[in-house]
Amino acid sequence: MNKSLSYDSHKARIQLAVLRAVVYLILIFLTFLCLFSFYMLIINSTRSNGELQGGFALLPSTHFIENLKNAWTDSSINIPKGLLNSFIVAGITSVLTTYFSALTAYGIHAYDFRLKKAAFGFIMAIMVIPSQVSAVGFVQICYKFNLTNHYWPLILPGIAAPVVFFYMKQYMESVLPMSIVEAARVDGCNEFRIFNSIVLPMIRPAIAVQMIFSFVQSWNNYFLPSLLLTKAEMKTVPIMIAQLRSADYSKFDMGKVYMFILLAILPVLVVYVILSKNIIKGVTSGGVKG
Amino acid sequence: MKEKKRKGINYAKWGYIFIAPFFLAYFLFTFFPQALTIYNSFFENYREGLQQIGPKFVGLQNYVDLFTPDKNGTVLILKYALNTVIIWLAGAIPQVVVALLLALFFTSYRLNIKGQQFFKTVIYMPNLIMASAFSMLFFTLFSNVGPVNQIITAAGWSDKPIDFFAYTITVRSLIALMNFLMWFGNTTILLMAGIMGIDQTLFEAANIDGANSVQVFTKVTLPLLMPILVYTVITAMIGGLQMFDVPQVLTKGLGTPDRTSTTLIMYLNNYLGGSKNYGMAGAISVIIFIITGILSLIVFRSLNRTYQEKEKRTPKRRRHD
Repeated sequence: MNKSLSYDSHKARIQLAVLRAVVYLILIFLTFLCLFSFYMLIINSTRSNGELQGGFALLPSTHFIENLKNAWTDSSINIPKGLLNSFIVAGITSVLTTYFSALTAYGIHAYDFRLKKAAFGFIMAIMVIPSQVSAVGFVQICYKFNLTNHYWPLILPGIAAPVVFFYMKQYMESVLPMSIVEAARVDGCNEFRIFNSIVLPMIRPAIAVQMIFSFVQSWNNYFLPSLLLTKAEMKTVPIMIAQLRSADYSKFDMGKVYMFILLAILPVLVVYVILSKNIIKGVTSGGVKG
Repeated sequence: MKEKKRKGINYAKWGYIFIAPFFLAYFLFTFFPQALTIYNSFFENYREGLQQIGPKFVGLQNYVDLFTPDKNGTVLILKYALNTVIIWLAGAIPQVVVALLLALFFTSYRLNIKGQQFFKTVIYMPNLIMASAFSMLFFTLFSNVGPVNQIITAAGWSDKPIDFFAYTITVRSLIALMNFLMWFGNTTILLMAGIMGIDQTLFEAANIDGANSVQVFTKVTLPLLMPILVYTVITAMIGGLQMFDVPQVLTKGLGTPDRTSTTLIMYLNNYLGGSKNYGMAGAISVIIFIITGILSLIVFRSLNRTYQEKEKRTPKRRRHD
């Protein structure tokens, strides 16, 4: 009996080892799938057009600076201006989105009022309705009131961000005791000051994560900006990248094309590499827990 | 008088003040445009060259036009809806299956996978990458002179480069592959949180009762994971309906070949972009709105249920009698 038990556990151990090997192989394959395109992007951004036409390579070449210079000074696609425009839009949007989402979440978390339940239910109900379905009316209004080629129509709607609100609300429920708020009231703080100088610092991790997420979302946004920004000097990066696709492709210096793509994703990539741990944690804590 | 004032400081008004900006922004930038979109769908209103046609009330004519077959006998909106569904399914099925597997691997105590932080970082990364740039990157990689074809010809798998953008199957597969890569990491992380939220004693009890790992999965993990799985699938559906950036950039907005990769939002964009056809674009939007409305109602109800259960659970602890 003892013998058969040890035989069983031996078999189980081999099974487990095989299973583990299979799992690691799957993980390595998926890692390859995820990284291959970005690896090629980085390698190809260091190669000249001639080298790129000549064949495929796994190791970097020496033309990175040259490609960067060519892309940066290109006459038809003004990428430095595009990056600046995108930074302005995404930067202001992320600040407004997080601030007002936290404010709304605090309003519902901290106060009792008659429409509280209804307001909360309403925000939850509109949470997953995509913005594209109201785009027709939005674009029409912008054309009617000459708001095209302005950034405010892309920035201000960010004040109402149900998903960010929901995240903030959940975060406040777990970290924000009302006793602190009450203590501040006794000390004579008014409600706005309590929010700005006590509540906001207490939810700083949530603010940081959501600022990153809303920045990335705005940075990557293509649909609405492409309908509203028609002047070359107002265009944001995603529009410029799409323009690259519609241009006569065969005439392009491919080293430059890879450099454009790299420049478009680099800011987000750098932030992600530095803060990936916090960002990944942020994905879950905002979501629903079953 | 003084006494009363001190006792009953009316904090309720602050609640309204704090949530006011959100609702103001929502009504101004979403609700009103939404209503205008629906209103538009009953009007003929577009530009032809420099000429403005309409706006003129036409009732349901735009909807009738949407569902009228063109000269080749195809109802375009149905064709594009079918494209969207096919491409979505081709990406979403592997997305959910792979994510579920990975979530099980990562949370398995027995397997004890090392380097989880690294793998999670890698698989989540494509989610944050600009979709239009990712799509442009795939276009360059898979173009006739791109590295993928260079590998294929160098390895001798084919004498001449494969034109990935000439065939329905390859274009759709590329879009589905990109959607898969962009979303499976996100789904994995959500499902992992779901599995880790399950009461550990249930797994122990199942083990003591002699359940094998398949039984534990089908009888314990899966049923308890259902709410979050439903949430994931439906939000993925809503995301699939919004599919635009990737096919738009990959096919230069043409949905090549023969519009077999044109999605619903690309169709909307065609009417909204050049001719500013607010009537037809409005009608398409209303249809997409109805579909997402139904889907989001399901999400809302499941969310609300878990939320209310949580509220019920926390304040009063039930006695065990």
